Amino acid sequence: MKDLGKHLLGFFNSLRLTVVLLILSILLIFAATLDQVHLGIWGVQEKYFRSFLIYAPFRGTGLSIPIFPGGYLLAVLLLPNLVVAHFLRFRWSIKKSGIWLTHLGLILLLVGQGLSGMLQKDNQVRIDVGSSRRYSESFRETELAVIDVSNPDYDDVVAIPVALLQGKGQIQHPKLPFSIRPVAYYPNAQMRARSQMPSPLPSLATAGVGPEVAVEPAPVTYKTDEANFPAAYVELVAPEASLGTYLVSTMMVEPQAITYQGKTWHIVLRAERDYFPFSLTLKKFTHDIYPGTDIPKDFASTIQLKSDDGRDDREVRIFMNNPLRYGGRAFYQAGYSNNDRTSVLQVVSNPSWLVPYISCALIALGLAIEFGVHLIGFFRRRSPKPSKIPNP
Amino acid sequence: MKRDLPTIVAVLLIVWVGATLLPSGGSGGFDLPAVGSIPVLADGRLKPLDTIARTSLLMVQGRQRVEALGSPQPVAWLLDVVYRPALADTYPIFRIDHPDVLSIFGLGSGDGTTAVRFTFVQLQPKLAELDKQADLAAAVDASVRTPFQRAVTELREHVAYYVRLKYSAESPLSEDFASEIADPKKIAADQTEIEAMRDFSLLRVIPPARAGGRPDEWRNVGQFLLAPAGSPTEQALSLARVRFFAQLGGAWRAQDPQAFNGLVTGYREDLATHFDRECRRSALEAYFNKVDPFNTSMALYVLAFLLAATSWLKWPEKLGRAALYAMDIGFVLATAGILFRMWLEDRPPVTNLYSSALFIGWGSVGLCLILERMNRNAVASAAGGMIGFSTLIIAHHLSLSGDTMEMMRAVLDSNFWLSTHVVTVTTGYAATFLAGFLAIIYVLRGVLTRSLDARTAESLARMVYGIVCFATFFSFIGTVLGGIWADQSWGRFWGWDPKENGALIIVLWNAVILHCRWAGLIRQRGLMAMAVFGNVVTSWSWFGTNMLGIGLHSYGFTNAAFYGLITFVLSQLLLVGLVLLPRQKWRSPLPGIS
Repeated sequence: MKDLGKHLLGFFNSLRLTVVLLILSILLIFAATLDQVHLGIWGVQEKYFRSFLIYAPFRGTGLSIPIFPGGYLLAVLLLPNLVVAHFLRFRWSIKKSGIWLTHLGLILLLVGQGLSGMLQKDNQVRIDVGSSRRYSESFRETELAVIDVSNPDYDDVVAIPVALLQGKGQIQHPKLPFSIRPVAYYPNAQMRARSQMPSPLPSLATAGVGPEVAVEPAPVTYKTDEANFPAAYVELVAPEASLGTYLVSTMMVEPQAITYQGKTWHIVLRAERDYFPFSLTLKKFTHDIYPGTDIPKDFASTIQLKSDDGRDDREVRIFMNNPLRYGGRAFYQAGYSNNDRTSVLQVVSNPSWLVPYISCALIALGLAIEFGVHLIGFFRRRSPKPSKIPNP
Repeated sequence: MKRDLPTIVAVLLIVWVGATLLPSGGSGGFDLPAVGSIPVLADGRLKPLDTIARTSLLMVQGRQRVEALGSPQPVAWLLDVVYRPALADTYPIFRIDHPDVLSIFGLGSGDGTTAVRFTFVQLQPKLAELDKQADLAAAVDASVRTPFQRAVTELREHVAYYVRLKYSAESPLSEDFASEIADPKKIAADQTEIEAMRDFSLLRVIPPARAGGRPDEWRNVGQFLLAPAGSPTEQALSLARVRFFAQLGGAWRAQDPQAFNGLVTGYREDLATHFDRECRRSALEAYFNKVDPFNTSMALYVLAFLLAATSWLKWPEKLGRAALYAMDIGFVLATAGILFRMWLEDRPPVTNLYSSALFIGWGSVGLCLILERMNRNAVASAAGGMIGFSTLIIAHHLSLSGDTMEMMRAVLDSNFWLSTHVVTVTTGYAATFLAGFLAIIYVLRGVLTRSLDARTAESLARMVYGIVCFATFFSFIGTVLGGIWADQSWGRFWGWDPKENGALIIVLWNAVILHCRWAGLIRQRGLMAMAVFGNVVTSWSWFGTNMLGIGLHSYGFTNAAFYGLITFVLSQLLLVGLVLLPRQKWRSPLPGIS
C-alpha cells in the first residue's frame, strides 16, 4: 500500500506527465474547435469537455469505443500533477516565488472552472416594453408545470423536471391529488394538425388538444440559431380512474385545463423557470445602428428594479458590456426581438464567478516575477561585445 | 566609401521616404486631390471620396490602379462611375478567377484585359443568370458553400456595389441633372429615378444644413430631394450642395478643368465653414491614402532582410548596420501609420483582422530592434524584416475586402477592452511568431550554410527561449483578459469559442515548450523545432479559427486566405523536418551541441 502511494506520488510528480497532458489538451481543444462546425458549441462542450472519454463508432459494428481522453479526465489528471508538483517539488524561496504563484493560480483556475461547470446557471429573460417579469427561463432545460389556478390570488405551481418524464416511474407530489405517468417523451418534435395529414397514425393522447395533433419526432439540434421543441405524452392517474393522456409540447404556448375534485389545474411543458425575489419592468429599449449601415452600435434596456422586501425600487440601465449584478445573478443585454419591443437579457448565476479573477491575478503576478528574473539573467549573461561572424 | 556604407544607405532611404511624402499633383489640370478629400458618409463613418474610390477598386478588382483610365488617381475612376457611367462600364475592373463563373458569361480568360478583369459591358447580358446562381448559392449556409458558390455570391455583391455607386450624386439616366433639380416639375416627373437614388445610393453626400450636425443627419441626394427637411434657409443650403454635385458632373463630362476646379474650391470653402474639423480629417485621410506608409515600410523591411542575410556572408558589420537602419526607418513609418489610424478612428491599435496584421508586424519588428541592439549579429534584423514584410503582405490582402476602418459592432465597442485584451493577446501572437522566425533563421543557416557557429547558435537559442517566455506571458494575460471581457459582457468567463480556443492553444503550446526545456526533454534543436511549430499554432489561431465561419469572432472570413494558410503550414512543417535532420547532414555541424 505504501509502495502504491509512493508510486502514485512519483507518477504525478513528473514533468513528463505535465508535457503529455498539455499536448493531449491541445489536441482535444483543436479537435473540439473543428467539430464545432458540425456539433455547435453546446454539443462540443458535452462531447469533448464535460466528459471523461470521447467515444467514436467502431466501423462495421454498432459499438462505440473510447478513442481519446475527455476534458474531465485531463483535468482530473492535471490537478494532482499540479498539486503534487506544487507541494513536493517547489521549495518556497523568493527566486522561486514566481513559479509557485503561477501554479497556485493554475490550481485555483482549474478548481474554479470545475465549480463553474457545476454551479453556473444560464437563463434568459424576455421582457416587452412596459411589462414586468419576475422569473428567468432556461435556454435548454424544460419542465412540466402543473398549476393549481383555483385560487384567484395566486397560482400554486408544481414543476416537474423533464428528466422524470423520460423515466418510466409514476410521479407523485403531495400537492397533487393525482399522479403522473410518463407515456412517451421526445427531445425534439414538430406538431402538425392530424386533419391535414393523409393517413395519420393513431394518437396516444385521449384528452385535451392531443388527439387532434400529430407528433413528428425530429433530430436534436445543437445549432445556436435553432431550438429544440420537446414534447411528451403524460397520463394523469387519479386513485379511482385515469383522467386521460395529454400531449404537451413547448410549441403549445397555451396551457391545457383539467378539472378534478372541483379544482382546475393547468398543465404545460415550458422552459424551466427560476423565480426572483424581485421584479424587472422594462421601461425603455433602445437599439442604435451606425448611419447608413446595419451594424449595431448599441442596445440598452432601461429597467425598473423592485425587490419584494421593498428595499430596492430604482431605475437601472443594462447595455452591452455593462451588466447588472443583483441578487446573486448577473443580467446582460443579450439581444432583442419583436421589432425592438422585446429586450432579451441573459441571466447568469454563478457563485464562483470571482475565482477566475483571483487565480488569473495570481498567475499574472507569478509569470511576471518568473520571467522578470529570467530577463535580468538574460541581460547579465549576454556577451558585452558583438559576436564575430566568420566568413564561410 | 565602404566605411560609410550604412550612413549612405540611411541617407538614400530617408530621401526616398521623403519623396513619398510629397502631396500628389492634379491630372490634366483637374485638381483631383481636392475633390478626393471631400468628405461623405459611408459605412457609418465620414470619409473622403478618395478612400471610397480606393476601397471600391480594391474590393472589386484587387488593386487600386485602373489601366484604361488616363489618370493614376482612383478618384478619377469614381468620377467616371458617377458622372460618365457609360464610359466607366467599359473599364475592365471586375476580377473573376473562377472558370465556371466566367462560363456563365460565355467568357474565357482570354477575353479579359490582364486575363482576369472584365468590364461591366461584358457582364451585362448575363446578369440575370448571375442573379439566379447567386440566389441558389445564398440558400446554402455560408460556411459550407463551394468555391463556385462563394465566387458567384461575391461577384453579385461586387456588381451590385458598382451599380449602386452610380446613384451617388445624380441619376445615371438623367441627361442634365443640374437643370432637372432646378425645376420641381421635372423632379416630380422623375419620381422613380429619384426614389432609386434614395434607396440605392451607398454614399450620403449631403451634409446636415446646420453646423455640428450628427453623422446620421447626412443624407443622400434622393433622400433630400424627396423629403427636404429644415427651415427654408437650411433647405436652400442643402439644395445648393445637391446642385454642386450635379454641376460638378457637367464640368467633368465637358472635361473643363477650370470650371471643375472652381466648383470644388467653392464647395470645400462652404464645407469648411460648417465642418472644419471633419474637412481637415478627411483631407488628412486622403493624404494618408496617397502616402501609403505601410507600402513603403514593406519595401524597407524586405531591404532590411536582404541586407541582414547578405551580412552573414560578407561585410557583417557594415551590412548589418545598414540593415538595422533600413528596419529603423520602416518601423518609424509603420508606427506613424498606426498612430494616424488610431487618431482617425479614435480607437486602440487593433480593431479588426487587418489592424491585427499591422500590429503583429509592428510588435515583432519592435522586439527585433531591441534584440538586434543587444546582439549585433543581424539575426534579429533578418527575422524582423521577414515578419514585417509578411504581415504587411497579409494586411494588404485583408484590405481587399473593403474599408479597413469599419465600425465596431456593439459588443466590441469598448475601447478599454480593445486596448487591453486585444493589444495584449496580439502582442502574444507577435512574440510567438518572432520566436518561430528566429528558429527558422537558425535552421536555414545551420542546414544550408556554414555560417552558423556555436556562438551565434547559443545566442539564437537564448533569444528564442527568452521570446517564448515573453510570448507565454503576453498570450496568457491576453487570453485571461479576454475571459474577463467575456465575463463582463456575456456572463461567462470561458465559452469554448473558436478564437478563445485558439488563444488557449498558443498559451498551452508555449507552456509545453518551456516544460520540455525544464524537464530536459529538448535541447537546442528541439527548442528550435518546437518554436517553428509555434508558427503553425499561431497562424491557425489567428486565421484558421476565423475560417470556420462560426463563433463570436468570425469576422473577416476570406477564401484565398485559406490556401495561403495551408501553404504556410506545410512550409513550416517542412522546416520542422529540416531541424530534425541529424547534425551530420547540416552544413554547420556545430560539434558538441545537440
